Amino acid sequence: MAGAVPYDSEQSAHGDSASGYDPNYVPDSVKSFVVHMYRQIREKNVYEIHQMYETSFQSISDRFFKDVPWPSVDAVATYVDNDHVFCLLYREMWFRHLYARLSPTLKQRIDSWDNYCNLFQVVLHGVVNMQLPNQWLWDMVDEFVYQFQSFCQYRAKMKNKTEQEIALLRQYDQAWNVYGVLNYLQALVEKSSIIQILEQEKEGLEQFTATDGYDYSGGSNVLKVLGYFSMIGLLRVHCLLGDYHTGLKCILPIDITQQGVYTSVIGSHITTIYHYGFANLMLRKYTEAIREFNKILLYIFKTKQYHQKSPQYEQILKKNEQMYALLAVTLSLCPQLKLVEETVNSQLREKYGEKMLRMQRFDDEAFALYDELFSYACPKFITPSAPSYDEPLVNYNQDAYRLQLKLFLYEVKQQQLLSGIRTFLNVYSTISLAKLASYMEVDEHTLRTVLMTYKHKMHSVNSDGKIVSNMDTNFYIDDDMVHVVESKAPKKYGDYFMRQIVKLEGIMTDIDRIKLE
Amino acid sequence: MGREMTNQKPQSEMSYTVQQLVSVNPYNPDILPDLENYVNEQVSSQTYSSNANLCLLRLYQFEPERMSTQIVARILIKALMAMPAPDFSLCLFLIPERVMRTEWVLVLWKGWGMTIGMQMEDQFKTLIVLSHYLETARFRQFWDEAAKSRHILEVVPGFEQAIQAYAIHVLSIAYQKVPRSVLAEAINIEGLVLDKFIEHHITNSGWAIEKNQNKGQLIIFPHNEFNDPELKKSAADGIPLENITRILPILG
Repeated sequence: MAGAVPYDSEQSAHGDSASGYDPNYVPDSVKSFVVHMYRQIREKNVYEIHQMYETSFQSISDRFFKDVPWPSVDAVATYVDNDHVFCLLYREMWFRHLYARLSPTLKQRIDSWDNYCNLFQVVLHGVVNMQLPNQWLWDMVDEFVYQFQSFCQYRAKMKNKTEQEIALLRQYDQAWNVYGVLNYLQALVEKSSIIQILEQEKEGLEQFTATDGYDYSGGSNVLKVLGYFSMIGLLRVHCLLGDYHTGLKCILPIDITQQGVYTSVIGSHITTIYHYGFANLMLRKYTEAIREFNKILLYIFKTKQYHQKSPQYEQILKKNEQMYALLAVTLSLCPQLKLVEETVNSQLREKYGEKMLRMQRFDDEAFALYDELFSYACPKFITPSAPSYDEPLVNYNQDAYRLQLKLFLYEVKQQQLLSGIRTFLNVYSTISLAKLASYMEVDEHTLRTVLMTYKHKMHSVNSDGKIVSNMDTNFYIDDDMVHVVESKAPKKYGDYFMRQIVKLEGIMTDIDRIKLE
Repeated sequence: MGREMTNQKPQSEMSYTVQQLVSVNPYNPDILPDLENYVNEQVSSQTYSSNANLCLLRLYQFEPERMSTQIVARILIKALMAMPAPDFSLCLFLIPERVMRTEWVLVLWKGWGMTIGMQMEDQFKTLIVLSHYLETARFRQFWDEAAKSRHILEVVPGFEQAIQAYAIHVLSIAYQKVPRSVLAEAINIEGLVLDKFIEHHITNSGWAIEKNQNKGQLIIFPHNEFNDPELKKSAADGIPLENITRILPILG
């Protein structure tokens, strides 16, 4: 995502150096774009705004601004009555384009932070009267978190920082400060009352999901939907910090087993499930992770063709690959294959079948594979604290990642002997501890500890404090005998009866309608 | 076990205020001293709040200069006591390596053995070793190490009982019937004290005893869905209430 030429400021003097970028030059297409967009926003034509935002902006960027920024906001402001809010929105797109195609300077990073602060403050004051497409509102939150992550990575690479950069960092220590980021997201969640809205919606007292978050009674969807997406933003930030438990708590008001506003934008759907699954993996809630990865991977498989032309396509593919890697890892630790749908399973075997076999051996090579897949698929963890500028300048941008990786491998190591147990449990229905111990080449005492470890590791504690089983092959011990429990899929009698009841009722209603002559 | 252990003691005023702070305004550097005081109160009143402690560790992560190793050690001990909940891991995820001054060197022995060589604060090293033993159900090694580290652990009352509760939990999800010697090793109690302990659980927790072939004592745990496959099956065939409500109009 980095280009070669950083620009010092969007307000640089006329006619910049090598590539001749003039921030004040406004091509006609840009002029009509902003005029059009401004009008559509004033008239609340969400569909048109979406078209312009998603399609026109991209095509103009591809034609004129492949590797230069868009015209400065000052240059276009005159065409839009110098509208304050529109200018904030324009700058938001301006910076996003910059980050995507070029490499932002420190000053630009700080300016972007300022812009987000101004934009969010306007929204939080409740004076915004627009309806914006969900795609855009999601992109704002997503980009906000992305730029925060990018800033932390940037800041942690102290080795080649110039004096000037360090001075700027010291001066603007509030920019992309972790407290600021978290508090803005939290403020959006609170001010929008989105949690209460979702609660009341369950009781039929509110309409939110049904309208995809849009307000059809003349109001604005911006604060509510930003508040909603901010919950996902918080999940993401907490995962970047290694706080999986809190991340999952932030997303609790959203029922991810159902459709919702989060599924209305593919980017938000994928980001939510990716982080949800990853957090569950780190918390040893393997079954839950497998279930959700399976669902989303199937969904992507079926729908990705519709997104081929969209600017998010590459990101969708990338996350798809990462989630296959995470699924491979999770299944190697907890082989609940019956939870995986056939299509997903065949894709998985194609990509990682060989590696999964090797990972389940838990030898040195296996650990290297766990390392490889985890490193490929994990979020870009960050160190939230500012560096001490007086200490020698080193790069510590990898520290957070290294810690999470180490803790993950530590967990894998603790589960090393479990896969051996599994093999034997799949073969025997009862076996004495003595025999099993001799097959596994350990003494009986060690075997008892391994069996208990298996039970402990394959159970997790959910948010109510209840124990939940992730066991694939179940067993219990009776004195010195291990009894293996076949895990048959339970016959869903209840389900079957329910469906028949409803069906019969339908038939009877139909018959009632028949009028006999 | 459990997220918010109160051990039947009423929530204090401080705990109520702190809970409010954590849920309403968690990303606030000013609440750090309150959270630190709350850790000490949890220790002295034998209560526990994982949310508040995670919140504090988060603040330490944002401002490492303000971190207190003593408080972190207490949080880690409390987290150990919360097992089988993964609180100890949750805490480790939030403690940056440079703060713990660690250099993790995993020396992989073949099979079951593992040594963690590191240079770090002694207490953190000890606690991680203790956690490792508990996570891998190596109770004998755990109690040996705990005895050696009494000076670190005795600051937190209730530690022993909490670990014994965890040990019993693991035994009861793995065993229907467990030999007395295995139980004794797991909870570090023997002889007459163990007899009394077992009596207590027979009366209050539905345990039973019988003799096995070697004339040793077998402790029988009450059946639950984890050590008894029959019970698990019936749990899985349940129907959520929401689904029933859909057909109530038809039935009615």
